[in-house]
Order: sequence, then structure tokens, then C-alpha cells
Amino acid sequence: MIWRRMRATAGRVLRQLRHDPRTVALLVAVPAVLMGLLAWILRGRSHDFDTFGPQLLGIFPLIVMFLVTSVATLRERTGGTLERLLTMPMRKADFVLGYAIAFGLAAIVQALVVSGLCFGPYGMTVRGEAWLVVVVAVLDALLGTALGLSVSALATTEFQAVQFMPAFILPQLLLSGIIVPRPELPTVLHWVSYLLPMSYAVDATQQLSTHAAVTTQFLMDVIVVGGFLVAALALGATTLRRRTP
Amino acid sequence: MTGRAPVSAAPAVRVEHLAVVRGRTRAVDDVSFELDAGTLVGLLGPSGCGKTTLMRSLVGTQVVSSGTVTLLGEPAGSPRLRDRVGYVTQVPSVYGDLTVRENLSYFATILGASSEAVERVLADVDLCDHAASMVGRLSGGERARVSLATALLGSPSLLVLDEPTVGLDPLLRRSLWSLFHRLAAAGTTLLVSSHVMDEAERCERLLLMRHGRILADTSPAGLLSSTASEDFESAFVALIEGDVLGKRGVPAAGEERP
Ligand SMILES: Nc1ncnc2c1ncn2[C@@H]1O[C@H](COP(=O)(O)OP(=O)(O)OP(=O)(O)O)[C@@H](O)[C@H]1O
Ligand SMILES: [Mg+2]
Repeated sequence: MIWRRMRATAGRVLRQLRHDPRTVALLVAVPAVLMGLLAWILRGRSHDFDTFGPQLLGIFPLIVMFLVTSVATLRERTGGTLERLLTMPMRKADFVLGYAIAFGLAAIVQALVVSGLCFGPYGMTVRGEAWLVVVVAVLDALLGTALGLSVSALATTEFQAVQFMPAFILPQLLLSGIIVPRPELPTVLHWVSYLLPMSYAVDATQQLSTHAAVTTQFLMDVIVVGGFLVAALALGATTLRRRTP
Repeated sequence: MTGRAPVSAAPAVRVEHLAVVRGRTRAVDDVSFELDAGTLVGLLGPSGCGKTTLMRSLVGTQVVSSGTVTLLGEPAGSPRLRDRVGYVTQVPSVYGDLTVRENLSYFATILGASSEAVERVLADVDLCDHAASMVGRLSGGERARVSLATALLGSPSLLVLDEPTVGLDPLLRRSLWSLFHRLAAAGTTLLVSSHVMDEAERCERLLLMRHGRILADTSPAGLLSSTASEDFESAFVALIEGDVLGKRGVPAAGEERP
């Protein structure tokens, strides 16, 4: 089977997660608690939680997976295991997709638990289909994984890797339309926001919040996020070097 | 030796005028040598002399400045070598957050090796009792053996081992060297580095390195006789002093190399 190495890599990453139950607990508990906090903050303010909730439901997983993946792959780079794998009959795609699958599965669990809480006890409602919110959250988490994979190539220490989160993710968050609707941004920033994947991720959940039926704009958003995901994975693969100085 | 044509086909390793610059140092400086298939060769030299850099150049993970490296008839780093060359890095490169067996099973799948291979290498490095232990909780020497076991999984034709016996007790060291001899007898070519000169006597051939150059290419007996020394440590000191004083080098004693 051609994808044997990819599946083995995904299984290995999941096994590493299983040996680290505290990380798994944090992966689920941190967004769950944060969403609960948000629901509490916005309690009684008519539909605010229905507006912000779905947007943040997609953004928390992206941030968490970005951090986890960039640290995990940095460890592989500095610990010599990546170098060892690349002297073996391992394709770069096996490595990158193995990570994407493992963290994608983790993201599915995370998204199901967190959105279950949001739509249940926290009382969040959307006009569109609730399960599509889960799909977008998983897609965002995968995007976070892919971005973390490629960005970790720029870091040589874990301190640097952790700093890349505010450097790469927070500007996207500021321009994504959560704080100021994107059309109201200064012109240049509005243009820039078109280049950032998170703008589309946030817009997709906004579409679900406000429209009962699936809109074409929602589909476009999902396609664009998927495109960014594939591009970031491809970029991540090119950062894996078999030969180093 | 005159009858060179009909002997074995190509050498397992051929290095020609290899040079590697790392940062500001010439870590490997115009190195040339050949290794015959099925030999156990020691690469010895003081810390920082370029052993690791030379080994990385062989397995194709090092960007080299000039020269050529050919392994088993293929250029170093060629995709066709990936399941034929085993490499053990100086710092153990295995997953600390997996058990010994999980590590080996994963790398076995990547190499296309069987699950019997996992049990075989566990026995080879004497880690059967620790198969279910987390690698991160093993001692340094145990972790080094997990890393070594990983390289043995695919039964490679060429093994490049960077200080595989550092930090191991004499008994374990002896059992690993006898494993290396068994592998060589079965046709595997081994290049084993060490900065412990005592390990020289266990090799069939020695490459002595200093400041990125090969100081001598000889046999253990040849090294002792050409330097008129009793033990390998003083032989190496004598060699270095000779190198410093007269740059005369040492004849490739004992070996039938040109
Ligand atoms: N990543 C690097 N960047 C710059 N210089 C390096 C790098 N790695 C090694 N060097 C330099 O290259 C030279 C050779 O290093 P190398 O690691 O090959 O030595 P070694 O013989 O393996 O030493 P040891 O026995 O201590 O492992 C040294 O002078 C070292 O300082
Ligand atoms: Mg070294």
C-alpha cells in the first residue's frame, strides 16, 4: 500500500498524543472553557453569543493546532528524528499528511466536544446547519496544523516557535472581521484581508450564523480555506530538507 | 595487491576529494578513501575532527562543498539508497514519548521491515526486557541502543554508526562489537566512529582523522608497529606529533592498499 508510511506516521503521532493525556485534555478543555467564558460574558446581551460564538469556535482550534503542530515538528527537526526519517524511504508528503491526519482526527474530537457544549448548555444558536459549524471548525484546525508545519521551519528553538503564534495568527485575527467588519477596514487593510486565510474562515461561520440555507458565499469561503490548507501543506512539505549545512 | 580487476565489483563506499565547510571551519578537508564490502572500519579521531560531518556526508544529509561520495554504486543521498544504508546519529534520534517497541514498529513500517525484524533487533541490542518502556525514561545507554536498533531494522548493506558504544559498560560494548563483527561477516559494510582509542583494536581497518583530514589509513596492528607503540592511545599521540613535526604521515601499514 502506497500510503502505508503516511498512515503509520498518523498512527505514531496519535500514539504520542495518547502517551501525553494532559495535552489531550488541554486540547479539548481550553477551548471548551474559553467558549463557556465567552457565553457567560455575553449572557443577557441579546444575540451577541450567537454572533461571536461560531466565529471563535473556528478560531480557537486553529490557534491551538498551530501551536501544537509547530512545537511537535520543531521537536522532530531538532531531535534528529526528521533527519532520520528522511534518510529512510519516506516521502515528504507521507510526513506532512500523516501529521494532518493525526491532528485532523484530534480536531474532530475537539470540535465535537466544544460545539456540543456550545449548542447545548451554552445555548448558542445559528440559522444554518449546526453540523456545518463543526465542519468549518475542523477545517480551521487543519489549516492551523498546516500553517504550524510550514512556519516551524523558520524556528530553530521552541521559544521562537511559540512566538510565531502572535506573529502569524494575531494579525489575521485582527483583520478577519471579528473586531471591525472587513468592508469597514481602511482600504489597504481591506485588500490585505483578502489574502489571509482566517478572513474566509470567519466569514464562513458568519454565513452560517445569518443564513438558514447554504449560501454560495459560504461554499466559496470553504473552497478558499481548503485551497489555503492545501497550499500550506505543500509549503510545509517543501520546508523539509533532506540535506542541511 | 595486483589482481585488482577480478576481485569484488565496486567498493561499498568511495569518497573522492570530499570537502565540507561548516560555518567557518573546514570540517572535512580533501578526504578520499574506499571501503570494501563486508569490512568493519573504525573512524577514530579527537572531538571536533570531523567524524560526524564525514558520516553525514556519506548518508547524504550534509551539504558538501566539493568532491564526490558514492555508496553501493549510487551517489550519496540517492533515493535508491534509502533502504540500503543505515545511519545512527551521535545523539539518539528516537521518540522519547513512545515505548521502545512503538518506536521500532514505526520505523519498521517506514523501512518496509517485518514485525519479526523488531524482535530480532530488540535481541541484538539486548533490550527485550525494556520493549514496553517509554524511551524518554530509559538511561542514556539504553536510549542509544534503541537508536542503534532502529538502524538495524532494514538489514542494510552499509551501516554508518556515529559513536554507537559511547557510555556503555564493557560487557555491553563487547557484545555490540561482536554483533558488528557478525554483521560484517555476513557481508554488511560498517563504518563505526569513536573517540575512544581503545576501540581501535576491534576494527579490521582504521581511518584516523584530525582537523578534517585522514591522518592514517591502516590496520590496528599496522598502527602499533608503525608508531612503535604499546597501546592505541600513545600510538595516536605519536601519530599526531609526527604530523605536527614533519607532516610525514604514516605509511598505510598492514593493508594492501596502494
Ligand atoms: N552545525 C554546525 N555549524 C557550524 N559548525 C559546525 C556545525 N557542526 C559542527 N561544526 C564544526 O565542524 C567541526 C567538525 O564537527 P564534527 O561534529 O564533525 O566533529 P566530530 O569529530 O564528530 O566530534 P565529536 O567526537 O565531538 O562528535 C567542528 O569544528 C565543529 O565545531
Ligand atoms: Mg561527532
